[in-house]
Amino acid sequence: MENQDKQYEPGTHPDMPPPASEVGVYGWVYHNFASSPMNIILTIIAIFIIYITVPPLLSWTIFNAQWTGDTREACKDVTGACWPFINTWRKVIMYYQYPDDQLWRVNLPLGILAVGIAALVIPKVPFKGFITLFMLIGFPVISYFLFVGGSFGLEVIETPKWGGLYLTLVIAIVGIVTSLPIGIVLALGRRSNMPVIKACSVGFIELWRGVPLITVLFMASVMFPLFMPEGVNFDKLLRALVGVSLFSAAYMAEVVRGGLQAIPKGQYEGAMALGLNFPKMMYFIIMPQALKLVIPGIVNTFIGLFKDTTLVLIIGLFDFLGAIQLAGTNPKWLGYNVEGYVFAAFIYWCFCFSMSRYSQHLEKKLHTGH
Amino acid sequence: MDTSTSGSEQAPSEKVPLWYDPQVRALFFQALVIFGVLYGGYILVSNTMDNLERQGIASGFGFLNTTAGFAIGYSPFIEYSEENTYARAFLVSLLNTLLVSFVGIILATILGFILGVARLSSNWLISKIAMVFVETLRNIPLLLQIFFWYFAVLRALPGPRNSSSFLDTIFINNRGMFTPAPIFNEGSGLIGIAFIVAIVLIVAIKRWAKKRQDDTGQPFPVFLTALGLIIGLPFIAALVTGFPVSWDYAELKGFNFKGGSELPPEFVALVLALSLYTATFIAEIVRAGIMAVSHGQTEAAHALGINNSNTLRLVVIPQALRVIIPPLTSQYLNLTKNSSLAAAIAYPDLVLVFDGTVLMQTGQAVEIVAITMAVYLTISLIISAFMNWYNKKMALVER
Repeated sequence: MENQDKQYEPGTHPDMPPPASEVGVYGWVYHNFASSPMNIILTIIAIFIIYITVPPLLSWTIFNAQWTGDTREACKDVTGACWPFINTWRKVIMYYQYPDDQLWRVNLPLGILAVGIAALVIPKVPFKGFITLFMLIGFPVISYFLFVGGSFGLEVIETPKWGGLYLTLVIAIVGIVTSLPIGIVLALGRRSNMPVIKACSVGFIELWRGVPLITVLFMASVMFPLFMPEGVNFDKLLRALVGVSLFSAAYMAEVVRGGLQAIPKGQYEGAMALGLNFPKMMYFIIMPQALKLVIPGIVNTFIGLFKDTTLVLIIGLFDFLGAIQLAGTNPKWLGYNVEGYVFAAFIYWCFCFSMSRYSQHLEKKLHTGH
Repeated sequence: MDTSTSGSEQAPSEKVPLWYDPQVRALFFQALVIFGVLYGGYILVSNTMDNLERQGIASGFGFLNTTAGFAIGYSPFIEYSEENTYARAFLVSLLNTLLVSFVGIILATILGFILGVARLSSNWLISKIAMVFVETLRNIPLLLQIFFWYFAVLRALPGPRNSSSFLDTIFINNRGMFTPAPIFNEGSGLIGIAFIVAIVLIVAIKRWAKKRQDDTGQPFPVFLTALGLIIGLPFIAALVTGFPVSWDYAELKGFNFKGGSELPPEFVALVLALSLYTATFIAEIVRAGIMAVSHGQTEAAHALGINNSNTLRLVVIPQALRVIIPPLTSQYLNLTKNSSLAAAIAYPDLVLVFDGTVLMQTGQAVEIVAITMAVYLTISLIISAFMNWYNKKMALVER
């Protein structure tokens, strides 16, 4: 105010503070909630939506819920969620029918997996190369012998006894690990100059991408046995794994192709001018750049694959969702499937959301451009 | 071929070994692939033939003309009974798949656009609510959402006697959703004719208005006129004929509702889950599309004196659509393919009827899986052809 009375030389006027309506709490509230009549209406609608959803949700899941106990009777007078349902069925939900005294054979590899992923994700841990190599080669071998058994004096556990979250993780990880290399090969095939190889790749990719995963799984469960010679009988889980892997490999191929297309021709020509042959050119020059470009797409495909593992319950495998569905149809626990679904949704959400956040982080970290 | 050793100092004319010649290599690898594919195909076919013969399973598509002998719970368009053939069952189930996909696509598009715009809203609460909604639903498997809506919500509703109602016309209970159905009495044809006339008139007016604006620069309120015509003309026709359309309300008779039109809970659950799930993906696509139009475009339009709604309609949306349409197409395809999850809650779609019931009855796995896969492939190709055509129409015309 006093500034207005003073006389300034042109160009010497001190900067004025922004008006009170633009900054601070008041400015923020004004701009975000009430800058126009329309905005005020939107704010009221938003508050109404929060009012009708959040308090009932919180009281059902937390405040009015029963947390302890292991029988249905514990939930008699409870208006909220009945979490003893999950607690009672935790073994089925986690492992399905895997024998109780053999559970260490599942837990040990899952523990190694968790430690390995943590070691790869946390930037400060050294020996990343060795850990990667171990996780890609040693870990699958160890897990296979532990899971299946039959050697080293371990008892054989048939795959129909596998299930629960454990089976979901097995399908998802096998799918993730196999679909990326197959997808890369298919993508290279699709961009090949050789007409036959190109036609085969395009046909394979488009066929798999054009049909729903369910039909692929049905094909794997009813048509594969017909394809095999007499006497050869593939395991149901193995057939599902092949179906899931090929299906997501087709999607992965399209993602990788996007990355390959974004690499300028000069990179190929530069590599060839250096005298690198095709595998070396791909390994040292093209793929590191192309894959880096499409990390979000690759992780999205992984997330899609993780969510799609639920479909195996339609062909009769009891994955995480299947085990929860099974627990919900138990006559002793009828009417508590909502708890099961909410719990399953929470677990799936945690996996998918953390994958997508990590991909965003990785994208930022690997962004070495300008 | 003679230049491929030009890097070396001596003897550029030296013969290259055959296995270093790229063309020979390419031919070799392709021959290898052809051989592998043919041999693999031969093994598969012969194994399959052997197995089919041994198990006494018929082959060929002759079964399509035999009597199906099973009922289909939901057939809104064509008559179907147990005496009909498999071919008719195929048609019924295909229509059910298309119906669920069509309704799902429309709802998902509307909801997705609303959510996408809401995420960009300047209102902090609205954009955060949209974000939480999108981030929650897109990270939960679709099958789980279908189960939730079907088993936990719709099947848990009270029975028909205690059904919840909306203004006593729409009823929801554990048997499904019941809405009034229109009955077209004598004279209602005139309303239809009026409706068609209105559409023709609108097209004509739009052309005329565009020509006038091109010639004179005078705009014409096409949208309001169109709205007036499309509501007004059928209304006048209805007035003249004395409102020939009456409504058949659903009524509680005995243990269930009779009359009206009925949507089974499987259908409602499937449409709800599919459209909510796909809407979250469409919302992200719409948000990216709108953000891809630089703010300078809006500012330039304002500087030219174009008002807010015209800026959106003529400047921002046409440019955003170019970014939005290609990924939107793949979401539509995904929704159509995901509608096959209907099999999990027994909505009689193509997969349930064919890969489930018919496969169980006939055992002809190869033909049946081939039919379902071919149908989905065809639908995919048709949708992507249509969207490619639309995309071409919307694409930037460069000189």
